[in-house]
Amino acid sequence: MFRAKQYLLAQSLEEAYAANQKRTATVVGGMCWLKMSNRQIQTLIDLSALGLDTITRTDEGFSIGAMVTLRQLETDAVLNETFQNAFADAVRPIVGVQFRNCATIGGSVWGRFGFSDVIAVLLALKAKVELYPTGVVELDDFLQMPYDNQILVRILVPFTAKKAAVQSHRNTATDFPVLVAVASELADGSLRLVAGARPQKAALVNTTLTAQSSAEEIEQQLENGLQQMAFCSNMRGSAEYRRHLAKVLLKRAIAQLKEGTANAD
Amino acid sequence: MQIELKLNGRVCKADVSPDMRLLDFVREQGCASVKCGCDTSNCGLCTLWLDGKPVLSCSVLAVRANGHEVTTLEGLQADAAEFGAFLSDEGAEQCGYCSPGFIMNVLAMVKELPDPTEEQIQHYLAGNLCRCSGYQGQLRAIRKYLLAKQEGKL
Ligand SMILES: Cc1cc2nc3c(=O)[nH]c(=O)nc-3n(C[C@H](O)[C@H](O)[C@H](O)COP(=O)(O)OP(=O)(O)OC[C@H]3O[C@@H](n4cnc5c(N)ncnc54)[C@H](O)[C@@H]3O)c2cc1C
Ligand code: FES
Ligand code: FES
Repeated sequence: MFRAKQYLLAQSLEEAYAANQKRTATVVGGMCWLKMSNRQIQTLIDLSALGLDTITRTDEGFSIGAMVTLRQLETDAVLNETFQNAFADAVRPIVGVQFRNCATIGGSVWGRFGFSDVIAVLLALKAKVELYPTGVVELDDFLQMPYDNQILVRILVPFTAKKAAVQSHRNTATDFPVLVAVASELADGSLRLVAGARPQKAALVNTTLTAQSSAEEIEQQLENGLQQMAFCSNMRGSAEYRRHLAKVLLKRAIAQLKEGTANAD
Repeated sequence: MQIELKLNGRVCKADVSPDMRLLDFVREQGCASVKCGCDTSNCGLCTLWLDGKPVLSCSVLAVRANGHEVTTLEGLQADAAEFGAFLSDEGAEQCGYCSPGFIMNVLAMVKELPDPTEEQIQHYLAGNLCRCSGYQGQLRAIRKYLLAKQEGKL
């Protein structure tokens, strides 16, 4: 467990950002990951008083505050109706209800963890990240950025995708995933496919598949797309096994998209 | 830092350090049912309710409970004893170390889902590890407890 000397309940983003410029300061989200470090922290910066714990539907999509918990993502009826339960399916296997009542979307995205179920679903939905003070950046770009001293304020999920489906495989329930596969169908009918926990960070699979593609096209393009993608081995599975799983799970996710009901938008 | 919160219905004021976990705080206040079973937010032993929601007290700062309501097994004695009787009838407790956290989460589930399916029960309780029982006795106890509640026997 880390040690901390001071606690700052930030009253504004400016205050949180200013305090975070010191190397010895750290933002605390749900603390589930942070508590495993043994950092010596001078100031812990808490964003709980900034009203960032709500999910709001706007004309363009959903605005999800950084302090929204994984459990809120799981149980928000409007969010899950819009994306055919993709959020609930993505986060439900993560540890347990009590854990998901603590861990936040802000900490999950900031961490840029390779194993992240949360990032995989957000990437498939073309999410954006609102940072203070930089402003809004595409999640794809955020994933490549170095860790800096900004504050992650919100995640924006546009209505670009009409449908989404999540599949993951774990060796035992509640463990980290061996692989996460997410498929989404965009308004123009094209499919956006993501493979996560490879175990590297979630990334797009390069295909030109659409909702109308035949089973043969799906088979062939997934084979090619996944061959171009890097997979690695670790204690949970080999690179070869992961590549195979990615194909199986993406096919299932695409089939699930076809069965699912279309988003009202 | 000064905090003031409601612990099991009683107003409680205390001076805490910025890095004190809620787990250590409630134990200092005499709630010994709340236990630490891991360093990785993984076991569910430390489960208590924060404003009525089950959380891992090992992963919540005590300062974050300032102005909120905390409930531990000590504050739910009657409900805990009622469900605990079903657990013991099914032989679902061996060392019993996991029971307080498990009971807190079962009671939270029953509040949220009065008539859960088998799948919902398993999902809700997935974060409560038990190294002894193999879970089947716990599941039997839950089913019988829910049935007794539905039949108005409790
Ligand atoms: C045992 C365990 C199992 C897990 N299993 C899975 C899994 O299967 N799938 C999965 O997807 N995830 C998993 N996770 C990760 C988890 O879901 C969260 O992503 C993780 O705990 C971080 O979220 P947090 O809110 O706890 O953040 P914290 O631990 O509080 O913070 C994490 C990092 O982000 C920084 N940070 C937090 N919020 C902000 C912000 N708003 N702005 C700037 N910086 C910020 C912190 O300074 C810290 O460096 C697991 C974690 C644990 C501990
Ligand atoms: S002590 Fe294990 S989850 Fe809290
Ligand atoms: S009865 Fe021993 S850990 Fe559950």
